[in-house]
Amino acid sequence: MTAPYLDIEGLSVALREGARLLRRVSIKVNPGEVHALVGESGAGKSMIARAVFGILPNSIEILEGRVALAGEDLNAMSQGPRRSFIGKRAAFIPQDPLTALNPSRRIEPQITDRLIHILGMKTNEARARALALLGEVKIAEPERVLRLYPHELSGGMRQRVLIAAAFAAEPRLIVADEPTTALDVTVQKQILALIADMQARHGTALLFITHNLGVVAKLCQTASVLYAGKVVEQASVRQLFEKPQHAYTRALMAATPRYDRPDESLKPASPELLAALAREVADTDAAWLKERHHG
Amino acid sequence: MGRNLLIRIGSTMVTLFGVAFIVFILVRVVPGNPIAMMLPPGASDADIALLTAHYGLDKPILTQFWIWLGRALQGDFGTSISLRQDVMGLIFGRLPATLELATLALLIAVALGGALAITAARFRGTAAETGIDLANGASLAMPDFLWGLTLILLFGVAFPVFAISGRVSPTLDLPFVSGFYLIESLLRLRLDILLDLLRHMLMPALALALPLAAVIAQLLKTSLKEAMQQDYVMLARTKGFSETRVLLSEALRNAVIPTLTLAGVQFTFLIGGTVIVERLFSYEGLGNMAIDAVINRDLPLIQGIVLVFALLFVAINLLVDLSYALLNPRLRHG
Repeated sequence: MTAPYLDIEGLSVALREGARLLRRVSIKVNPGEVHALVGESGAGKSMIARAVFGILPNSIEILEGRVALAGEDLNAMSQGPRRSFIGKRAAFIPQDPLTALNPSRRIEPQITDRLIHILGMKTNEARARALALLGEVKIAEPERVLRLYPHELSGGMRQRVLIAAAFAAEPRLIVADEPTTALDVTVQKQILALIADMQARHGTALLFITHNLGVVAKLCQTASVLYAGKVVEQASVRQLFEKPQHAYTRALMAATPRYDRPDESLKPASPELLAALAREVADTDAAWLKERHHG
Repeated sequence: MGRNLLIRIGSTMVTLFGVAFIVFILVRVVPGNPIAMMLPPGASDADIALLTAHYGLDKPILTQFWIWLGRALQGDFGTSISLRQDVMGLIFGRLPATLELATLALLIAVALGGALAITAARFRGTAAETGIDLANGASLAMPDFLWGLTLILLFGVAFPVFAISGRVSPTLDLPFVSGFYLIESLLRLRLDILLDLLRHMLMPALALALPLAAVIAQLLKTSLKEAMQQDYVMLARTKGFSETRVLLSEALRNAVIPTLTLAGVQFTFLIGGTVIVERLFSYEGLGNMAIDAVINRDLPLIQGIVLVFALLFVAINLLVDLSYALLNPRLRHG
């Protein structure tokens, strides 16, 4: 039994005004494992990603729980050391490649800045690494691309650049936050295949955030299903698809289009299910509040 | 690019012609006779008529304008009535002093405003930001000449560390070949003269700079705070960079662009402000000379000075446009 590389344990966060956004979330990602984080918009998926990197917005506070990376409790560190500790070990692939690159900087420094300033590489060493990685993500003429500005690249190219930048640091964990949502459907498949390929080649652990169950089946080994900031089901992907335990997971699957049964109409979640989910969340909160006040 | 340049030059010419024409008419329509001010009281009507004819002031205003324009196009801007010297010579004698003062003020404004904006954005939401906002408000609320008076009271009278009048101590022996004292003393490494110059220039420069610094600080802070919300800034944070580093290397570059446009316009106000601030500090610059020219109804000199100011405004706007394209890679093509 190996120790998980990323270990989120009982994490609750809330808006400073009150509403709880994550409800005792526990997620473990082992070295080299691909873990899917599935849920609808607003379930708190991106909030978890931000918590992993220690960059939750100021308006949000951590109520309880811990996030550990490589066995170290991140909340025990102060901001500066925590940033560089994470920057050396984990990388982020953002959702929208059109806004995630700085419009007024060339591509080269946007790939090499971490290598030089956080990992301590020499400039030419970092440049060589950047060129090699651009080759790996199948960008033609990498020398030329390094000198370009983001607006001179297509959306798919920019996502490739961001993937190259993430893998260039040889992180042991990559968090990908819906990395294909903002792209054209034709480009989505290529990018997914690329991420799968890069993950297999580098053996990096991957926390893959998505609302697309089809992607989960192809790419991931384990999965957490998130609803309203609460993990409602956690299992291996095989188990999840063969014997989904939670009604919400089943509803999610029924709402996913299938290539093999294109005629089958998609079923929206029933009012009964939504009512049951709301009750479950309310019960969770009531139990949590009771425990907090007595404990 | 060539076509744009031609349009630019064309519109500049139209602007300068318009300014020249309006000023020419205005200074001749307002009451006050330069000839009467030159001659001793009790001069005969015949003398006045003779001198008026000598300066061509007896002709219709439009005829006078065409004569002036014809000569100006050949580089002859006439002779100052009150100083009896060539107008262009007078202007070029004073222009370096004003350019140095305005540039020093601009540098102070950019440094001060930039530092305040970066500090406020770095410590946003804290007491530091509130304090800087308050200081900006106070700085904006007071015009440059009031700042000048306040500075004179503070550092000229209460704690006399700065000189309150002039550009340089008259006792100093100046080895300079041009009017750019500040630049020459730097190039010649004459630190004694440089210090004396700064002792004279810092107060007027600061008076001009403070309102502009407040504008820059306020605007840049707003853009910086907005830039700090962008996805590329969040990505830089995940790479391991500190807030300060993210602010300076990711956000600043993008935040400067909108600030620059307004700062350019504000700098032209600063140039206008030199007129009164130079007067306040008896600084021997173009603005100070402009006031004398107006008091003496020195028509050719007023005309020349206003044209030079207009040319400066046009040049500053051109520089702002050029640097805009330089800073924003998306505008660099074509």
